[in-house]
Amino acid sequence: MIKLDQVSLAYAGRTGPVLALDGTSLSVGTGEFAAVVGPSGCGKSTLMKLVTGLIKPTSGTVSVDGAQVSGPVKIAGMAFQNANLLPWRTVTDNILLPLEIVEPYRGQFRAKKDEYRARVENLLSIVGLQGFGDRFPWELSGGMQQRASLCRSLIHEPKLLMLDEPFAALDAFTREELWCVLRDVWQRLNFTVILVTHDLREAVFLADTIHVMSARPGRIIDTRKVDFARPRELDVCYEPAFTDLVHVLRNKIAEVRKA
Amino acid sequence: MSKTFEKLAPWLFVVVLFAVWEAACRLLAVPTVILPAPSVIFGAFQRFWGPIVSNSFVTLWTTMAGFGLSVAFGLFLGLVVGWSRAIYRGFYPVMIGFNSIPKVAVVPILVMWFGIGEVPAILTAFLISFFPIVVNVATGLATIEPEMEDVLRALGASKLDVMRKVGIPRSMPYFFGSLKVAITLAFVGTVVSETVAANSGIGFLMSQAGANFQMPLVFAGLIALAFEGIIMYAATAWLEQRMTGWAFRSQGSAAN
Repeated sequence: MIKLDQVSLAYAGRTGPVLALDGTSLSVGTGEFAAVVGPSGCGKSTLMKLVTGLIKPTSGTVSVDGAQVSGPVKIAGMAFQNANLLPWRTVTDNILLPLEIVEPYRGQFRAKKDEYRARVENLLSIVGLQGFGDRFPWELSGGMQQRASLCRSLIHEPKLLMLDEPFAALDAFTREELWCVLRDVWQRLNFTVILVTHDLREAVFLADTIHVMSARPGRIIDTRKVDFARPRELDVCYEPAFTDLVHVLRNKIAEVRKA
Repeated sequence: MSKTFEKLAPWLFVVVLFAVWEAACRLLAVPTVILPAPSVIFGAFQRFWGPIVSNSFVTLWTTMAGFGLSVAFGLFLGLVVGWSRAIYRGFYPVMIGFNSIPKVAVVPILVMWFGIGEVPAILTAFLISFFPIVVNVATGLATIEPEMEDVLRALGASKLDVMRKVGIPRSMPYFFGSLKVAITLAFVGTVVSETVAANSGIGFLMSQAGANFQMPLVFAGLIALAFEGIIMYAATAWLEQRMTGWAFRSQGSAAN
């Protein structure tokens, strides 16, 4: 589904060119849930922009869905740490936004608005927000906003979901709740996920594969399969195998932070 | 009790202000040519009611015309300037330079071009008031959250899409907020121009009255100006509240 081959990216910083990624190779299969972890500033967000086609690599190739990426990929949904809902739109209208942009929905938007609204309702119920469609974002708690943001990133049925620390700003309980929401949505709709996160437990709980990045310039220095049976319950977080994996990853990152 | 007091406070304040003014003038026996007492000013209002109303009306419509021009032009220029970082950076110094010129210095030029009358007043009002609109609209556009732009651009949105869906709605509170500033400035512009070069308007009336040492009439003009200014400010504030209520979320959310 996604293949990065020896990708480097340099951008012009204040004091000359800065190398954000250096010879990164990565592949994610169709329907796979991949997590990318690493110390802060390791170029994880750069990786997101490369995969979605917002920026072009300085060298190397990025391909998504069998084709080399040369512009916005249009099959991706994105969600960030900040829910970024538009305050002048209701939750439903916020979630409909991608359909106003992406073809073929865009051309049929007026004609099929009722159908799309039903789709929003359906997504809202999957993430546990049924009945909140007519509210405005500021009437929602942080966790609810993040659920709505997740719906917005999924409304156009993307084949690829890119998540950039989506739960980092939430309290611990809400975060675990949303892990389960994401797990359920992913199991139901079956898309490919790249989750960028600082939270190792989050990565281990959710992902099939975890890629560890080095400090800047970023490279993938380790890739680990996570083979806990699915569907996973939160209790898995307290199993020794789980804690061991988190511990190993923790040490890896401590190592690259020092280097 | 405290709620009604809060509601009445603005009126109470005005009444107290005038009362103190009246008392000070009487107790200290201030000559009318220096500072007329409110009662005297009120007398001037009664005597010159006709000219005050007709000249107020001239000031009002020239201000509104200049303000209308600056809304149209300011909105347009703001959208252009906010469109791209390059235009924003290139245009800014010119704008600031232009805005730094005291507009009273421009009035003689306008008079040379258009003659004495309402046109220089309208143009002065326009020139003095469009800047805050441009800056506000451009700022609203230029400060779109980069993540939001990424979300849309990854979906294949054009710059125009991003502007239509996010940039323009987002800059509306800035725009309507700037109208409150702009209307006040436009009013100042009109009066300045009327004072220098006009044959009607409150500014003209005041400078004529001043030349004849009719201080009560000068002050009557001032009070008429203040009154008109408050009305226009209130109108734009109401418009702002109505058009972009979502930006005042703390009041709005309490109702739900």
